[in-house]
Amino acid sequence: MSNYAVRRFKDRLFFFLGIACIVLAVLPLGSILLEVIVKGLPTLSLNFLTTVPGPGGANVGGIGPAIQGSLILIGLTSLIGIPLGVLSGIYLAEYGDAPYARVMRSLNDVLTEFPSIVVGLTVFLVVVLKVSGSVGLGFSPLSGAIALSFILIPIVARTAEEAIKLVPNALREASMALGVRKWRTTLSIVLSVAKAGLVTGILLAVARVAGETAPLILTVLGNTHFFEGFNEPLAALPLQIYQDALSADPGIQARAWGAALILILVVLSLNIVVRLATRGRMGNSGRK
Amino acid sequence: MNVEKREDPGMSEQERQRAPTDEFAMNTTGSMDVAPKLQSEGLRAFFGKNEALHGIDFSIRPNKVTAIIGPSGCGKSTFLRCLNRMHELTPGAKASGQVLLDGGNIYAPKIDPVLVRRRIGMVFQKPNPFPTMDIYDNVAAGLKLTGMKKGKNLDDIVKNSLQQASLWDEVKDELHKPGTSISGGQQQRLCIARTIAMQPEVILMDEPCSALDPIATSKVEELMVQLKGTYTVVVVTHNMQQAARVADFTAFFYLGKLIESGPTASLFEKPREELTERYLTGRFG
Amino acid sequence: MKISGDRIFNVVSAVVAATAAVILAITAYTLATGSAPILQKEGLSFFTGIMWNPNPAHEVFGALPYLEGTLVTSAIALIIGVPLSLGIAIFLSEMSPATVRVPISYLVELLAAVPSVIYGLWGLFVFRFYVKDYLEIPLNKYLGWIPAFKGTPYGLDVLTAGLILAIMIIPTVSSISREVLRAVPNPIREGAYSIGATRWEVVSKWVVSYGRSGIFGAAILGLGRAVGETMAVTMVIGNSVGPDAIPTSLLKPSQTMASLIASNVRDASDPLSFSAYIGVGLMLLILGLSINVIAQVMVTRLLKVKGGAVE
Repeated sequence: MSNYAVRRFKDRLFFFLGIACIVLAVLPLGSILLEVIVKGLPTLSLNFLTTVPGPGGANVGGIGPAIQGSLILIGLTSLIGIPLGVLSGIYLAEYGDAPYARVMRSLNDVLTEFPSIVVGLTVFLVVVLKVSGSVGLGFSPLSGAIALSFILIPIVARTAEEAIKLVPNALREASMALGVRKWRTTLSIVLSVAKAGLVTGILLAVARVAGETAPLILTVLGNTHFFEGFNEPLAALPLQIYQDALSADPGIQARAWGAALILILVVLSLNIVVRLATRGRMGNSGRK
Repeated sequence: MNVEKREDPGMSEQERQRAPTDEFAMNTTGSMDVAPKLQSEGLRAFFGKNEALHGIDFSIRPNKVTAIIGPSGCGKSTFLRCLNRMHELTPGAKASGQVLLDGGNIYAPKIDPVLVRRRIGMVFQKPNPFPTMDIYDNVAAGLKLTGMKKGKNLDDIVKNSLQQASLWDEVKDELHKPGTSISGGQQQRLCIARTIAMQPEVILMDEPCSALDPIATSKVEELMVQLKGTYTVVVVTHNMQQAARVADFTAFFYLGKLIESGPTASLFEKPREELTERYLTGRFG
Repeated sequence: MKISGDRIFNVVSAVVAATAAVILAITAYTLATGSAPILQKEGLSFFTGIMWNPNPAHEVFGALPYLEGTLVTSAIALIIGVPLSLGIAIFLSEMSPATVRVPISYLVELLAAVPSVIYGLWGLFVFRFYVKDYLEIPLNKYLGWIPAFKGTPYGLDVLTAGLILAIMIIPTVSSISREVLRAVPNPIREGAYSIGATRWEVVSKWVVSYGRSGIFGAAILGLGRAVGETMAVTMVIGNSVGPDAIPTSLLKPSQTMASLIASNVRDASDPLSFSAYIGVGLMLLILGLSINVIAQVMVTRLLKVKGGAVE
């Protein structure tokens, strides 16, 4: 039976290898969270969150403009990206059998995996640059929001499509049998049933976009002042982290960690809340 | 409404309702002494290249319950779904031939199928109330979403529809609970009330009791009998006893063809076709 | 005949659904035209040259080192990240008790939620030192005679960038591999167990080989992620330029195509050097797109079978 013993040993080894893989993957997550909290927490104060960044040395200042800028960017991006993304998702879910829809779905999937720096470069050339052939918005909040919505739209379209496809066909038929038109059925019945899934998907997509940095480098540029208008560069949390991290001044490096703590708090808490909520809901509706 | 009612000056509305009281007014060959409410002529239905109905000619009397029976896969549900143009909503599905509603062809090119469905309502196999709406809104949904609520008192219509669906007494104190919070049988009656609220002329029911327990089933069956006072009811069922209990007329479908139809009692007692008899005696299906 | 609301809704949503296609088209066109000047000047040597000098007097642009940097760091990411991801996927789908499955998969997925710039920050101030002290110094000391481990252990180099990328692709690769494994029909497992195979044997000989092409697709999708990843790499790779950026050793600062653009494009002062960065962007786009198209074809083909169940 020694052959059997070897086989059993291999089996146990395999089990522990699996656990080792998980530990190795989760360890960085733990380290990141720990470091961000340990290094970021000491910087936090109301002052830090509301004042402009200082030049360094004795005057480190705060990340007020970055927080404000990120909020502005997220708002503008949502305004542009969510309607376009959801409507695309509706089309892909409700009319998705046509050859045209299949092509659009594939292209949407391709865009989801786009290198984000390329998006920034494109928006810089098409939207920011003040030359002929470009919109010429300059470094501005809207330029950044356009770049971010290029990333948001395909994600929202995809999750919206999935959420809408989960709506049972019986409900569409019930509505159509009442003599309700298809567009009305889609907007009033299908969307309201898919709402929870849609909101989940949109929140996760927004959380993802909130942390994007690369598309911002060439579109909003960064700013040490609060919002100065729609034709001026804008600060943003991820940009602030990037720029501060490259500084040699320990105070400014600490500011990067403080900004990182805020960013990760927002992004991770959105993720956690959304997933817990989704699980609770699925547990309830799973009965029927 | 685009579907024109056929003008029939020879018969008033009351006469039309009074006329077919004699259950045996229809003779065994299927000809009628009253104008049919719904009539299919050479109706064929397809799923892609598969032909599911091979030319059905069948007349449905006003203010009667007509049952369609047959083994599964015989095309009875497809036939029902062709009667209010729901069939064509299935991807790849098509229908040809004619269906006359009060003599007007609902498959005529200029007819808007959406408007047809407002006159011919449908109740489905599984209760499917709108889960995000309360009971009240479920009943009012059709009127609200079709823009037909203007100038009408929604409260009255909701109450009236629920009463006609024998559900009012059970839910009148909880109209604002979700439509999915009541029992399965109540949900199915809610779906009937939702259909009634549109004030259709015909109500199609696609195996409406197959997901219900016996008590809920008998309530829905009672309801079908009550409803024929106001509406024309067509019910698809795989349950022969149900057909015998509720239907004035019964049609037997087999392999996409109408084999035989007639008054329920005579069809069950003296089927003309051997296939019908074999089915009724449980030798296949 | 009047135009119906349904028709309008259908057409409007169909037009909006083309947004992604339009963005792709604009990107491809813009990068192609934007890189025309540099391609005209450098020709093929833009792809094969190694010198990078934006000084107007001696302008020369060769992008080969950054292509190499991208490929080498991504390769490290795959070599480390794919086995780990596969281990996680197998553990979660075949071995773990149901109670821990959800929390663990959830933790692994959280790795994907951490913004790239925070990986970079952590890499720059924390991870870099672990890599230096526990990997690079021993490797250099004992295996320094191998060219790949030559150099000065410093922590801001190819190895650190590759390892960060490995961590970052784990959620993608493991979750897709898990779906692939879940799509393996149960009779395959039952058949193997019934002839007395141990769990390890069932998984290694039957399940994984059945899902092979899907797992390969998952790895390719991970490669796509790694190739396009920008911020984390930019912050830890050392950002060298020209011949110095050629990744001859793991312990050497280098540069990827994405990090080159992110760290230097703002300083581009004249049209030609700006065009050079656009050219690098075009290369990155073409590489990233081809990888993703391959991956999607492989993954969707396998998962289609399962997805057909939706009514």
